[in-house]
Amino acid sequence: MDLIRIKNVEKKYKNGVTAIYDLNLAIQKGSFTFVIGGSGSGKSTLIKMLYREEKPTKGQIIVGGLDVAKLRNTKVYKLRRKLGIVFQDYRLLPKLTVYENVAFAMEVIGASKEKTRIKVLRALEEVGLKNKVHNYPDQLSGGEQQRVAIARAIVNDPKLLLCDEPTGNLDPERSMEIMKVLDNINKTRGTTIIMATHDKEIVNRMKKQVATLKDGHLVNFKQKGTYVDENI
Amino acid sequence: MRIFRMLARSIRDAFKSVIRNFSLSLASISCITITLIIVAIAIMASFNVQNFTKEIEKDLTIVIFLNNDATEEDISRVEDEIRQIPNVDRKSITFESKQEVKEDMQNQSEVFDTVLDGWDNNESPLKDTFQVKVKNVEKISTTAERIGNIDTVNTVRYGEGMVDQMISAFSSIEKVTYGVVIALVIVTVFLIVNTIKLTISARRREIGIMRLVGASNFTIKTPFIIEGMILGLLGSIIPVIFTTYGYLAFYKHFNGYLFTQLIQLIKPEPFIYSTSGIVVIIGILVGMVGSASAVRKYLKI
Repeated sequence: MDLIRIKNVEKKYKNGVTAIYDLNLAIQKGSFTFVIGGSGSGKSTLIKMLYREEKPTKGQIIVGGLDVAKLRNTKVYKLRRKLGIVFQDYRLLPKLTVYENVAFAMEVIGASKEKTRIKVLRALEEVGLKNKVHNYPDQLSGGEQQRVAIARAIVNDPKLLLCDEPTGNLDPERSMEIMKVLDNINKTRGTTIIMATHDKEIVNRMKKQVATLKDGHLVNFKQKGTYVDENI
Repeated sequence: MRIFRMLARSIRDAFKSVIRNFSLSLASISCITITLIIVAIAIMASFNVQNFTKEIEKDLTIVIFLNNDATEEDISRVEDEIRQIPNVDRKSITFESKQEVKEDMQNQSEVFDTVLDGWDNNESPLKDTFQVKVKNVEKISTTAERIGNIDTVNTVRYGEGMVDQMISAFSSIEKVTYGVVIALVIVTVFLIVNTIKLTISARRREIGIMRLVGASNFTIKTPFIIEGMILGLLGSIIPVIFTTYGYLAFYKHFNGYLFTQLIQLIKPEPFIYSTSGIVVIIGILVGMVGSASAVRKYLKI
Protein backbone atom coordinates (compact mmCIF):
# COMPACT_ATOMS: atom_id res chain seq x y z
CA MET A 1 0.00 0.00 0.00
CA ASP A 2 1.23 3.45 -0.84
CA LEU A 3 1.82 5.88 1.99
CA ILE A 4 2.77 8.69 -0.34
CA ARG A 5 1.41 9.34 -3.80
CA ILE A 6 2.79 12.19 -5.87
CA LYS A 7 0.98 12.96 -9.13
CA ASN A 8 2.09 15.42 -11.82
CA VAL A 9 3.67 17.72 -9.29
CA GLU A 10 5.37 20.88 -10.40
CA LYS A 11 7.00 23.43 -8.15
CA LYS A 12 7.85 26.86 -9.38
CA TYR A 13 9.24 29.35 -6.87
CA LYS A 14 8.14 32.95 -6.86
CA ASN A 15 11.50 34.07 -8.22
CA GLY A 16 10.74 32.11 -11.40
CA VAL A 17 12.96 29.10 -10.72
CA THR A 18 11.28 25.77 -11.37
CA ALA A 19 12.57 23.23 -8.87
CA ILE A 20 10.43 20.22 -9.79
CA TYR A 21 8.96 19.32 -13.20
CA ASP A 22 6.04 16.91 -13.56
CA LEU A 23 6.97 14.49 -10.80
CA ASN A 24 5.17 11.16 -10.34
CA LEU A 25 6.15 8.95 -7.46
CA ALA A 26 4.55 6.42 -5.15
CA ILE A 27 6.21 5.34 -1.93
CA GLN A 28 5.15 2.21 -0.10
CA LYS A 29 4.40 1.93 3.57
CA GLY A 30 7.39 0.67 5.52
CA SER A 31 9.92 1.37 2.78
CA PHE A 32 13.26 3.18 3.07
CA THR A 33 13.92 5.55 0.20
CA PHE A 34 16.91 7.71 -0.62
CA VAL A 35 16.32 10.81 -2.65
CA ILE A 36 19.60 11.67 -4.31
CA GLY A 37 20.79 14.33 -6.67
CA GLY A 38 23.23 17.20 -6.92
CA SER A 39 22.69 20.68 -5.55
CA GLY A 40 19.67 22.30 -7.13
CA SER A 41 18.24 18.99 -8.26
CA GLY A 42 15.09 19.57 -6.22
CA LYS A 43 15.53 16.97 -3.50
CA SER A 44 15.14 19.47 -0.67
CA THR A 45 12.11 20.97 -2.39
CA LEU A 46 10.58 17.51 -2.63
CA ILE A 47 11.09 16.88 1.10
CA LYS A 48 9.73 20.36 1.91
CA MET A 49 6.61 19.68 -0.11
CA LEU A 50 6.06 16.43 1.77
CA TYR A 51 5.81 18.23 5.12
CA ARG A 52 4.18 21.23 3.50
CA GLU A 53 6.83 23.80 4.10
CA GLU A 54 6.29 24.46 0.39
CA LYS A 55 3.13 23.97 -1.64
CA PRO A 56 3.29 22.47 -5.13
CA THR A 57 2.23 24.86 -7.91
CA LYS A 58 0.59 22.00 -9.79
CA GLY A 59 -0.40 18.42 -9.07
CA GLN A 60 -1.37 16.39 -6.08
CA ILE A 61 0.51 15.05 -3.08
CA ILE A 62 -1.20 12.56 -0.79
CA VAL A 63 0.53 11.67 2.45
CA GLY A 64 -1.24 9.11 4.60
CA GLY A 65 -4.62 10.05 3.14
CA LEU A 66 -4.12 13.82 3.54
CA ASP A 67 -4.10 15.98 0.45
CA VAL A 68 -1.06 18.06 1.31
CA ALA A 69 -1.38 20.53 -1.56
CA LYS A 70 -4.87 21.51 -0.43
CA LEU A 71 -4.05 21.64 3.27
CA ARG A 72 -4.82 25.05 4.76
CA ASN A 73 -2.14 26.75 6.80
CA THR A 74 -4.12 26.41 10.01
CA LYS A 75 -4.50 22.65 9.46
CA VAL A 76 -0.83 21.90 8.75
CA TYR A 77 -0.39 20.53 12.26
CA LYS A 78 -2.60 17.58 11.35
CA LEU A 79 -0.04 16.51 8.76
CA ARG A 80 2.95 17.23 11.00
CA ARG A 81 1.60 14.96 13.71
CA LYS A 82 1.73 12.06 11.28
CA LEU A 83 5.36 12.54 10.43
CA GLY A 84 8.75 13.24 11.99
CA ILE A 85 11.37 15.48 10.43
CA VAL A 86 15.15 15.48 10.84
CA PHE A 87 17.35 18.28 9.51
CA GLN A 88 21.00 18.69 8.74
CA ASP A 89 21.35 21.33 11.48
CA TYR A 90 19.54 19.27 14.20
CA ARG A 91 17.31 22.20 15.32
CA LEU A 92 17.42 21.50 19.03
CA LEU A 93 16.52 24.03 21.71
CA PRO A 94 19.82 24.97 23.41
CA LYS A 95 18.30 25.79 26.80
CA LEU A 96 16.54 22.47 27.20
CA THR A 97 18.13 19.16 28.19
CA VAL A 98 18.09 16.12 25.93
CA TYR A 99 15.02 14.80 27.73
CA GLU A 100 13.21 18.15 27.57
CA ASN A 101 14.01 18.55 23.89
CA VAL A 102 12.38 15.24 23.06
CA ALA A 103 9.52 15.80 25.53
CA PHE A 104 8.85 19.18 23.89
CA ALA A 105 7.31 17.40 20.89
CA MET A 106 4.90 15.60 23.20
CA GLU A 107 4.14 18.59 25.39
CA VAL A 108 3.07 20.93 22.60
CA ILE A 109 0.45 18.48 21.42
CA GLY A 110 -0.84 18.18 24.96
CA ALA A 111 0.25 14.68 25.97
CA SER A 112 0.16 13.78 29.67
CA LYS A 113 3.37 13.77 31.74
CA GLU A 114 3.27 10.04 32.34
CA LYS A 115 2.75 9.16 28.70
CA THR A 116 5.44 11.65 27.70
CA ARG A 117 7.95 10.12 30.10
CA ILE A 118 7.44 6.57 28.85
CA LYS A 119 7.62 7.53 25.18
CA VAL A 120 10.58 9.89 25.54
CA LEU A 121 12.66 7.31 27.38
CA ARG A 122 11.77 4.67 24.81
CA ALA A 123 12.73 6.94 21.92
CA LEU A 124 16.02 7.89 23.58
CA GLU A 125 16.80 4.26 24.17
CA GLU A 126 16.20 3.50 20.50
CA VAL A 127 18.76 6.10 19.45
CA GLY A 128 21.17 4.97 22.17
CA LEU A 129 21.20 8.09 24.33
CA LYS A 130 19.53 6.86 27.48
CA ASN A 131 22.63 7.72 29.51
CA LYS A 132 22.63 11.36 28.39
CA VAL A 133 19.07 12.48 29.20
CA HIS A 134 20.17 15.30 31.49
CA ASN A 135 22.85 16.76 29.24
CA TYR A 136 22.37 19.94 27.23
CA PRO A 137 22.81 19.91 23.44
CA ASP A 138 26.12 21.81 23.58
CA GLN A 139 27.58 19.05 25.75
CA LEU A 140 26.96 16.50 23.00
CA SER A 141 28.81 15.67 19.78
CA GLY A 142 27.21 16.37 16.43
CA GLY A 143 26.26 12.74 15.98
CA GLU A 144 24.65 12.64 19.38
CA GLN A 145 22.74 15.86 18.75
CA GLN A 146 21.41 14.39 15.53
CA ARG A 147 20.30 11.30 17.41
CA VAL A 148 18.41 13.53 19.86
CA ALA A 149 16.71 15.13 16.87
CA ILE A 150 15.80 11.66 15.56
CA ALA A 151 14.39 10.70 18.97
CA ARG A 152 12.29 13.86 18.90
CA ALA A 153 11.07 13.03 15.40
CA ILE A 154 9.93 9.51 16.32
CA VAL A 155 8.60 10.14 19.83
CA ASN A 156 5.05 10.60 18.54
CA ASP A 157 5.17 7.28 16.66
CA PRO A 158 4.87 8.83 13.21
CA LYS A 159 4.16 6.72 10.15
CA LEU A 160 6.68 8.66 8.13
CA LEU A 161 10.15 9.99 8.92
CA LEU A 162 11.56 12.65 6.61
CA CYS A 163 15.30 13.33 6.73
CA ASP A 164 16.82 16.25 4.88
CA GLU A 165 20.58 15.54 4.65
CA PRO A 166 20.78 14.25 8.24
CA THR A 167 24.44 13.29 7.86
CA GLY A 168 25.48 16.45 6.05
CA ASN A 169 27.42 17.82 9.01
CA LEU A 170 28.94 14.55 10.19
CA ASP A 171 32.08 12.55 9.43
CA PRO A 172 31.65 9.15 7.69
CA GLU A 173 31.88 7.17 10.93
CA ARG A 174 29.18 9.22 12.71
CA SER A 175 27.12 9.16 9.55
CA MET A 176 27.08 5.38 9.57
CA GLU A 177 25.94 5.42 13.19
CA ILE A 178 23.02 7.63 12.24
CA MET A 179 22.20 5.32 9.35
CA LYS A 180 22.17 2.33 11.67
CA VAL A 181 19.73 4.14 13.95
CA LEU A 182 17.49 5.02 11.02
CA ASP A 183 17.64 1.53 9.58
CA ASN A 184 16.74 0.13 12.97
CA ILE A 185 13.74 2.45 13.26
CA ASN A 186 12.64 1.39 9.79
CA LYS A 187 12.91 -2.29 10.66
CA THR A 188 11.57 -2.42 14.22
CA ARG A 189 8.88 0.25 14.02
CA GLY A 190 7.98 -0.16 10.38
CA THR A 191 8.29 3.61 9.95
CA THR A 192 8.51 4.70 6.34
CA ILE A 193 11.71 6.72 5.86
CA ILE A 194 12.55 9.14 3.10
CA MET A 195 16.02 10.60 3.23
CA ALA A 196 17.52 13.21 0.98
CA THR A 197 21.29 12.93 0.72
CA HIS A 198 24.23 13.37 -1.60
CA ASP A 199 26.48 10.99 0.32
CA LYS A 200 27.54 8.35 -2.24
CA GLU A 201 29.07 6.04 0.37
CA ILE A 202 25.89 5.79 2.41
CA VAL A 203 23.61 5.12 -0.52
CA ASN A 204 25.84 2.41 -1.90
CA ARG A 205 26.29 0.66 1.43
CA MET A 206 22.66 0.69 2.53
CA LYS A 207 21.24 -0.78 -0.70
CA LYS A 208 17.80 0.79 -0.34
CA GLN A 209 15.22 2.14 -2.76
CA VAL A 210 16.70 5.13 -4.58
CA ALA A 211 14.96 8.00 -6.37
CA THR A 212 17.39 10.07 -8.44
CA LEU A 213 16.54 13.67 -9.29
CA LYS A 214 18.32 15.73 -11.90
CA ASP A 215 17.46 19.38 -12.56
CA GLY A 216 13.97 18.86 -11.20
CA HIS A 217 13.23 15.68 -13.16
CA LEU A 218 12.96 12.19 -11.74
CA VAL A 219 15.50 10.27 -13.82
CA ASN A 220 15.67 6.98 -11.98
CA PHE A 221 13.64 5.12 -9.34
CA LYS A 222 14.59 1.58 -8.40
CA GLN A 223 14.90 -0.96 -5.60
CA LYS A 224 18.33 -1.55 -4.13
CA GLY A 225 19.68 1.32 -6.12
CA THR A 226 23.14 2.79 -6.11
CA TYR A 227 24.56 6.22 -6.58
CA VAL A 228 25.40 6.39 -10.26
CA ASP A 229 27.48 9.39 -11.18
CA GLU A 230 26.37 9.77 -14.79
CA ASN A 231 22.77 10.14 -13.65
CA ILE A 232 23.55 13.20 -11.60
CA MET B 1 -7.66 17.28 30.38
CA ARG B 2 -5.59 18.03 27.32
CA ILE B 3 -6.94 21.54 27.02
CA PHE B 4 -6.09 22.24 30.68
CA ARG B 5 -2.54 20.99 30.22
CA MET B 6 -2.11 23.22 27.18
CA LEU B 7 -3.56 26.19 29.06
CA ALA B 8 -1.31 25.59 32.07
CA ARG B 9 1.65 25.42 29.73
CA SER B 10 0.63 28.66 28.02
CA ILE B 11 0.22 30.47 31.31
CA ARG B 12 3.61 29.22 32.53
CA ASP B 13 5.28 30.34 29.31
CA ALA B 14 3.57 33.71 29.47
CA PHE B 15 4.78 34.40 33.02
CA LYS B 16 8.30 33.29 32.12
CA SER B 17 8.29 35.67 29.21
CA VAL B 18 7.03 38.62 31.27
CA ILE B 19 9.89 38.07 33.71
CA ARG B 20 12.49 37.44 31.00
CA ASN B 21 11.72 40.72 29.19
CA PHE B 22 11.18 42.54 32.44
CA SER B 23 12.25 46.05 31.38
CA LEU B 24 9.98 46.17 28.38
CA SER B 25 7.17 44.50 30.30
CA LEU B 26 7.55 47.19 32.95
CA ALA B 27 7.30 49.90 30.29
CA SER B 28 4.08 48.38 28.97
CA ILE B 29 2.68 47.95 32.46
CA SER B 30 3.40 51.58 33.38
CA CYS B 31 1.82 52.75 30.16
CA ILE B 32 -1.28 50.69 30.86
CA THR B 33 -1.31 52.04 34.43
CA ILE B 34 -1.26 55.66 33.30
CA THR B 35 -3.89 55.04 30.65
CA LEU B 36 -6.17 53.22 33.05
CA ILE B 37 -5.90 55.92 35.72
CA ILE B 38 -7.07 58.46 33.18
CA VAL B 39 -9.73 56.06 31.93
CA ALA B 40 -10.90 55.61 35.54
CA ILE B 41 -11.09 59.38 36.03
CA ALA B 42 -13.00 59.74 32.77
CA ILE B 43 -15.41 56.99 33.71
CA MET B 44 -16.07 58.41 37.16
CA ALA B 45 -16.45 61.95 35.83
CA SER B 46 -18.78 60.98 33.03
CA PHE B 47 -20.96 58.80 35.24
CA ASN B 48 -21.22 61.66 37.71
CA VAL B 49 -22.06 64.15 34.98
CA GLN B 50 -24.68 61.79 33.63
CA ASN B 51 -26.06 61.30 37.09
CA PHE B 52 -26.53 64.93 37.91
CA THR B 53 -27.74 65.96 34.46
CA LYS B 54 -30.40 63.33 34.95
CA GLU B 55 -31.22 64.80 38.34
CA ILE B 56 -31.45 68.28 36.84
CA GLU B 57 -33.46 67.01 33.91
CA LYS B 58 -36.00 65.61 36.31
CA ASP B 59 -36.49 69.06 37.82
CA LEU B 60 -36.23 71.17 34.71
CA THR B 61 -39.66 72.49 33.70
CA ILE B 62 -40.92 74.84 31.04
CA VAL B 63 -43.58 77.18 32.39
CA ILE B 64 -46.01 78.56 29.81
CA PHE B 65 -48.05 81.65 30.57
CA LEU B 66 -51.16 82.23 28.47
CA ASN B 67 -52.72 85.58 27.58
CA ASN B 68 -55.08 87.03 30.18
CA ASP B 69 -58.07 86.77 27.84
CA ALA B 70 -57.57 83.09 27.06
CA THR B 71 -60.85 81.21 26.80
CA GLU B 72 -61.57 77.58 27.64
CA GLU B 73 -61.24 76.66 23.93
CA ASP B 74 -57.92 78.49 23.69
CA ILE B 75 -56.63 76.51 26.64
CA SER B 76 -57.55 73.12 25.22
CA ARG B 77 -56.23 74.11 21.77
CA VAL B 78 -52.87 75.18 23.28
CA GLU B 79 -52.68 71.94 25.20
CA ASP B 80 -53.25 69.95 22.00
CA GLU B 81 -50.57 71.89 20.20
CA ILE B 82 -48.06 71.36 23.02
CA ARG B 83 -48.86 67.67 22.94
CA GLN B 84 -47.87 67.50 19.30
CA ILE B 85 -44.30 68.71 19.91
CA PRO B 86 -42.15 65.57 19.87
CA ASN B 87 -39.71 66.64 22.58
CA VAL B 88 -42.48 67.25 25.09
CA ASP B 89 -43.01 64.62 27.73
CA ARG B 90 -46.80 64.25 27.39
CA LYS B 91 -47.40 62.72 30.77
CA SER B 92 -45.81 65.69 32.47
CA ILE B 93 -48.15 68.36 31.09
CA THR B 94 -49.99 70.00 33.95
CA PHE B 95 -52.40 72.90 33.81
CA GLU B 96 -52.95 75.48 36.49
CA SER B 97 -55.78 77.99 36.07
CA LYS B 98 -55.64 81.60 37.29
CA GLN B 99 -57.79 80.61 40.20
CA GLU B 100 -55.45 77.80 41.20
CA VAL B 101 -52.40 80.02 40.87
CA LYS B 102 -54.08 82.59 43.03
CA GLU B 103 -54.93 80.09 45.72
CA ASP B 104 -51.42 78.74 45.58
CA MET B 105 -49.97 82.16 46.15
CA GLN B 106 -52.46 82.99 48.86
CA ASN B 107 -51.43 79.87 50.68
CA GLN B 108 -47.81 80.86 50.41
CA SER B 109 -47.98 84.17 52.25
CA GLU B 110 -50.39 86.41 54.10
CA VAL B 111 -49.34 89.49 52.11
CA PHE B 112 -50.38 87.83 48.84
CA ASP B 113 -53.49 86.58 50.55
CA THR B 114 -54.78 90.07 51.33
CA VAL B 115 -53.63 91.67 48.06
CA LEU B 116 -55.07 88.98 45.83
CA ASP B 117 -58.29 88.58 47.72
CA GLY B 118 -59.79 91.71 46.15
CA TRP B 119 -59.47 90.53 42.51
CA ASP B 120 -61.91 88.29 40.79
CA ASN B 121 -60.89 86.13 37.85
CA ASN B 122 -61.68 88.64 35.09
CA GLU B 123 -59.52 91.49 36.32
CA SER B 124 -56.77 89.31 37.78
CA PRO B 125 -53.26 90.02 36.40
CA LEU B 126 -52.40 86.39 36.95
CA LYS B 127 -52.29 84.09 33.94
CA ASP B 128 -53.33 80.52 33.24
CA THR B 129 -50.18 78.37 33.12
CA PHE B 130 -48.99 75.07 31.75
CA GLN B 131 -46.01 73.22 33.16
CA VAL B 132 -44.21 70.90 30.79
CA LYS B 133 -41.17 68.67 31.02
CA VAL B 134 -39.05 67.72 28.05
CA LYS B 135 -37.49 64.45 27.02
CA ASN B 136 -34.17 65.85 25.81
CA VAL B 137 -32.86 68.72 27.89
CA GLU B 138 -30.26 69.75 25.34
CA LYS B 139 -33.09 70.77 22.97
CA ILE B 140 -35.07 72.59 25.66
CA SER B 141 -34.48 76.04 24.15
CA THR B 142 -35.88 75.12 20.71
CA THR B 143 -38.84 73.41 22.32
CA ALA B 144 -39.50 76.47 24.45
CA GLU B 145 -39.27 78.67 21.38
CA ARG B 146 -41.75 76.49 19.51
CA ILE B 147 -44.19 76.67 22.38
CA GLY B 148 -43.74 80.44 22.45
CA ASN B 149 -44.95 80.66 18.86
CA ILE B 150 -48.29 79.06 19.65
CA ASP B 151 -51.24 81.44 19.53
CA THR B 152 -52.44 82.89 22.86
CA VAL B 153 -49.20 81.86 24.55
CA ASN B 154 -47.89 84.96 26.22
CA THR B 155 -44.50 84.04 27.60
CA VAL B 156 -42.41 80.94 28.10
CA ARG B 157 -39.90 80.50 30.93
CA TYR B 158 -37.36 77.83 31.80
CA GLY B 159 -34.08 77.86 33.70
CA GLU B 160 -32.21 79.49 30.81
CA GLY B 161 -28.60 80.48 31.11
CA MET B 162 -27.03 78.73 34.00
CA VAL B 163 -28.38 75.25 33.31
CA ASP B 164 -27.59 75.49 29.61
CA GLN B 165 -24.02 76.56 30.26
CA MET B 166 -23.41 73.96 32.87
CA ILE B 167 -24.63 71.13 30.70
CA SER B 168 -22.66 72.24 27.67
CA ALA B 169 -19.50 72.75 29.75
CA PHE B 170 -19.70 69.29 31.23
CA SER B 171 -20.46 67.66 27.91
CA SER B 172 -17.43 69.30 26.30
CA ILE B 173 -15.25 68.18 29.21
CA GLU B 174 -16.57 64.69 28.62
CA LYS B 175 -15.69 64.83 24.93
CA VAL B 176 -12.12 65.99 25.63
CA THR B 177 -11.57 63.19 28.14
CA TYR B 178 -12.85 60.63 25.66
CA GLY B 179 -10.37 61.95 23.08
CA VAL B 180 -7.46 61.71 25.53
CA VAL B 181 -8.50 58.21 26.58
CA ILE B 182 -8.69 56.96 23.00
CA ALA B 183 -5.26 58.44 22.17
CA LEU B 184 -3.72 56.83 25.26
CA VAL B 185 -5.30 53.47 24.54
CA ILE B 186 -3.80 53.53 21.04
CA VAL B 187 -0.33 54.38 22.39
CA THR B 188 -0.62 51.58 24.93
CA VAL B 189 -1.66 49.07 22.31
CA PHE B 190 1.42 50.00 20.25
CA LEU B 191 3.66 49.52 23.26
CA ILE B 192 2.20 46.10 23.92
CA VAL B 193 2.62 45.17 20.26
CA ASN B 194 6.32 45.96 20.63
CA THR B 195 6.69 44.01 23.86
CA ILE B 196 5.08 40.94 22.39
CA LYS B 197 7.06 41.36 19.19
CA LEU B 198 10.26 41.12 21.22
CA THR B 199 9.01 38.00 22.94
CA ILE B 200 8.14 36.47 19.61
CA SER B 201 11.53 37.20 18.06
CA ALA B 202 13.26 35.79 21.15
CA ARG B 203 11.32 32.60 20.63
CA ARG B 204 11.50 32.32 16.84
CA ARG B 205 13.45 29.08 16.95
CA GLU B 206 11.13 27.52 19.47
CA ILE B 207 8.09 28.53 17.43
CA GLY B 208 9.61 26.99 14.30
CA ILE B 209 10.20 23.72 16.11
CA MET B 210 6.73 23.78 17.65
CA ARG B 211 5.32 24.12 14.19
CA LEU B 212 7.43 21.22 12.89
CA VAL B 213 6.44 18.82 15.64
CA GLY B 214 2.75 19.48 15.07
CA ALA B 215 1.67 22.17 17.52
CA SER B 216 -1.52 23.83 16.30
CA ASN B 217 -1.47 27.55 15.62
CA PHE B 218 -3.79 28.02 18.55
CA THR B 219 -1.24 26.38 20.87
CA ILE B 220 1.53 28.57 19.52
CA LYS B 221 -0.40 31.82 19.78
CA THR B 222 -2.10 31.38 23.14
CA PRO B 223 0.98 32.05 25.36
CA PHE B 224 1.54 35.42 23.67
CA ILE B 225 -2.06 36.47 24.06
CA ILE B 226 -2.01 35.39 27.70
CA GLU B 227 1.18 37.41 28.14
CA GLY B 228 -0.66 40.49 26.88
CA MET B 229 -3.51 39.80 29.28
CA ILE B 230 -1.07 39.45 32.18
CA LEU B 231 0.49 42.82 31.29
CA GLY B 232 -3.00 44.35 31.22
CA LEU B 233 -3.91 42.78 34.54
CA LEU B 234 -0.70 43.92 36.24
CA GLY B 235 -1.19 47.38 34.77
CA SER B 236 -4.66 47.67 36.28
CA ILE B 237 -3.62 47.07 39.90
CA ILE B 238 -2.67 50.66 40.68
CA PRO B 239 -5.66 52.16 38.83
CA VAL B 240 -8.01 49.93 40.82
CA ILE B 241 -6.46 51.08 44.11
CA PHE B 242 -6.63 54.65 42.84
CA THR B 243 -10.30 54.28 41.91
CA THR B 244 -11.36 52.66 45.15
CA TYR B 245 -9.53 54.83 47.66
CA GLY B 246 -9.34 57.96 45.51
CA TYR B 247 -13.06 58.24 44.94
CA LEU B 248 -13.82 57.40 48.55
CA ALA B 249 -11.51 60.19 49.74
CA PHE B 250 -12.92 62.58 47.15
CA TYR B 251 -16.49 61.81 48.18
CA LYS B 252 -15.71 62.25 51.86
CA HIS B 253 -13.81 65.47 51.29
CA PHE B 254 -16.75 67.11 49.53
CA ASN B 255 -19.44 65.48 51.70
CA GLY B 256 -21.14 64.06 48.66
CA TYR B 257 -21.69 67.38 46.84
CA LEU B 258 -19.50 69.19 44.37
CA PHE B 259 -19.37 73.01 44.87
CA THR B 260 -23.13 73.41 45.27
CA GLN B 261 -26.01 71.35 46.57
CA LEU B 262 -27.13 71.07 42.96
CA ILE B 263 -24.36 68.69 41.97
CA GLN B 264 -24.76 65.51 43.90
CA LEU B 265 -22.00 62.89 43.63
CA ILE B 266 -22.76 59.22 43.12
CA LYS B 267 -22.49 57.20 46.33
CA PRO B 268 -19.14 55.31 46.46
CA GLU B 269 -20.67 51.89 46.94
CA PRO B 270 -21.16 49.99 44.70
CA PHE B 271 -19.96 52.62 42.21
CA ILE B 272 -16.23 52.14 42.94
CA TYR B 273 -16.50 48.39 42.51
CA SER B 274 -18.23 48.55 39.17
CA THR B 275 -15.74 51.19 37.99
CA SER B 276 -12.82 49.01 39.16
CA GLY B 277 -14.35 46.10 37.29
CA ILE B 278 -14.59 48.15 34.11
CA VAL B 279 -10.98 49.34 34.55
CA VAL B 280 -9.68 45.77 34.94
CA ILE B 281 -11.66 44.59 31.92
CA ILE B 282 -10.35 47.47 29.79
CA GLY B 283 -6.78 46.67 30.94
CA ILE B 284 -7.09 43.02 30.01
CA LEU B 285 -8.76 43.83 26.71
CA VAL B 286 -6.10 46.37 25.75
CA GLY B 287 -3.39 43.81 26.56
CA MET B 288 -5.20 41.17 24.59
CA VAL B 289 -5.85 43.34 21.53
CA GLY B 290 -2.22 44.51 21.53
CA SER B 291 -0.79 41.03 21.73
CA ALA B 292 -3.31 39.57 19.29
CA SER B 293 -2.37 42.12 16.68
CA ALA B 294 1.35 41.52 17.34
CA VAL B 295 0.80 37.78 16.99
CA ARG B 296 -1.07 38.29 13.75
CA LYS B 297 1.56 40.63 12.31
CA TYR B 298 4.76 38.94 13.41
CA LEU B 299 3.74 35.33 13.68
CA LYS B 300 2.79 34.49 10.12
CA ILE B 301 2.39 30.78 10.59
